[in-house]
Amino acid sequence: MQSNRLGWLLLAPTLLILAMFGVFPFIYVLFVSFHQWNPFAVNPEMMFNWAANYRRVVFDAQFIASLGVTAAFVFFAVVSELVIGYALAQAFMKDFPGKAFFRTIHTLPLIMAPIIVGSVWKLMTTPSIGIIPHLLDNWFGYDLNIGQSATAAFVVTVIMDIWHWTPLVTLSLIAALVSLPPDPFEQAQIDGAGRWQIFWHITLPMIRPAILATVFIRLMDALRTVDEVLMLTGGGPGSATRYVGVHIFKEVFPRTNYGYGSAISVVVLYVTIVVCWLLYVGLIAPRNKKG
Amino acid sequence: MSRNWLYVLFWIFVSFLTLFPIYWLFVISVKPAVELFSTPDLILRDFYWKNYVDVLNDRTLRSYMVNSLVISSGNAVLCTVLGFLACYALSRFDMGGKESIFFWTITNRMAPPAVFLLPLFLLLTQVYKMGDFSLLDTRIGMILVYCTFNLPFAIWTLRPTIEGIPKELDEAAHVDGASPWRVIWEVVFPLARPGLAVTLILTWVFAWNEYLLAATLTNFNARTLTTGLSEYVTTTGTEWGIMATISVFTLIPALIVFGMVQRHIVAGLTFGAVKG
Repeated sequence: MQSNRLGWLLLAPTLLILAMFGVFPFIYVLFVSFHQWNPFAVNPEMMFNWAANYRRVVFDAQFIASLGVTAAFVFFAVVSELVIGYALAQAFMKDFPGKAFFRTIHTLPLIMAPIIVGSVWKLMTTPSIGIIPHLLDNWFGYDLNIGQSATAAFVVTVIMDIWHWTPLVTLSLIAALVSLPPDPFEQAQIDGAGRWQIFWHITLPMIRPAILATVFIRLMDALRTVDEVLMLTGGGPGSATRYVGVHIFKEVFPRTNYGYGSAISVVVLYVTIVVCWLLYVGLIAPRNKKG
Repeated sequence: MSRNWLYVLFWIFVSFLTLFPIYWLFVISVKPAVELFSTPDLILRDFYWKNYVDVLNDRTLRSYMVNSLVISSGNAVLCTVLGFLACYALSRFDMGGKESIFFWTITNRMAPPAVFLLPLFLLLTQVYKMGDFSLLDTRIGMILVYCTFNLPFAIWTLRPTIEGIPKELDEAAHVDGASPWRVIWEVVFPLARPGLAVTLILTWVFAWNEYLLAATLTNFNARTLTTGLSEYVTTTGTEWGIMATISVFTLIPALIVFGMVQRHIVAGLTFGAVKG
């Protein structure tokens, strides 16, 4: 073994950059969050004010509402992606011509910048130039207006997320399904089990770790959705699609109330960590122990 | 046999749903503004390239493109090199607490980017500055800031590659009298090249696609193409054609790069997800 000093030397630049731009910002923001500080206020000085900022965050109706719509968005998006992704992964397990080609096409949305996805869907759904409102109006007489209807805007953001991220779910479930051993399935068929029974008692338990890991990753990503929603609806109409990230970008950041903004950033980070931890402890850790 | 064709039909349908939005983006980009509000036409009849000429002739947008290129290339190279050195250290040395360090680097990537906005903004404007020079709105600043999510990714994806290179090789070189520096660059580096290429390309795409941090941490000098895109969406009216064209310009490099690493990208994007 070579001397460990060289190892630390090689690691040093990485640690330095991550400390400077990943960790120190949060120590600093934690410090700022206990102060009243608005450089453009009458009194631009930084003043220690205990937990006043945090008290304001907890009673901030706008912020609480944005946490609520975020939860709804994450729930609907992740559940649909899981169901559709599983169906697509199963449809991929058979042999048919052009398989690799179709998989490549299916992967395309994944590499698109979220902001481009937002602009693509904006072009498709904006009333008067979008194709979707036009067709819905022609075929069903339904008036889709994401600029006015809160429900329509919410549903379109969920569909956009499904379009963007279902391929990720499909790919990871394909990987899980491919690696399953064939024996239990053959045995079950010999024993006369139905398709539903096989799915429920054999497939599902066997790919459960992959499903949980996928849910975990998708939840984390859905919680951080900002760019595409910002582009598509800008958080509106009203606050129908103002998810937490959008809220910070549109409402918190432009106001120069640094103390309060810092407190919100800290709270959002804290909520994310707690959600992650609960998921990990509740879903993933026990399975790993058993398996 | 006939059932196979049902699957093909099904996948043609899915591919249509996947491709249509991208196709529509292109359709809007080659339509004159006056035709946008007439009845939408599903089929593209003629091409109108003026939007493309306008975007390419726009000095501001050209400088945004250059910024995007410089920032994402600089960041990808920096992250890949630092990630390579870090993974080498993690795999070859017996440092105390290295697994905790590895895990800690990953946690940097987990935090939602929105919570970084204010902390980084305050830090760049208030703390990391010398006299009049601050990292805000500079290319070097953005290159460093993007490390918060790309460097952990590089470390995460490179580690299996580096661990997979037999330690005996560099020990042998060491015995032959090569300096550690030479071992790293002349023995390990060439062997890690395929993994490094994939990491380089993926970090490049992530940096190229980033919007949120660029929108808040740059004003003019270091603005990127993605922020330029949002500048064409205003309350007074959106220039749809230009917006679609910038989107196409932003999309094309990612598509080219995707073609290059298509087989590896699946593993890269689902990292961790398929382990179980």
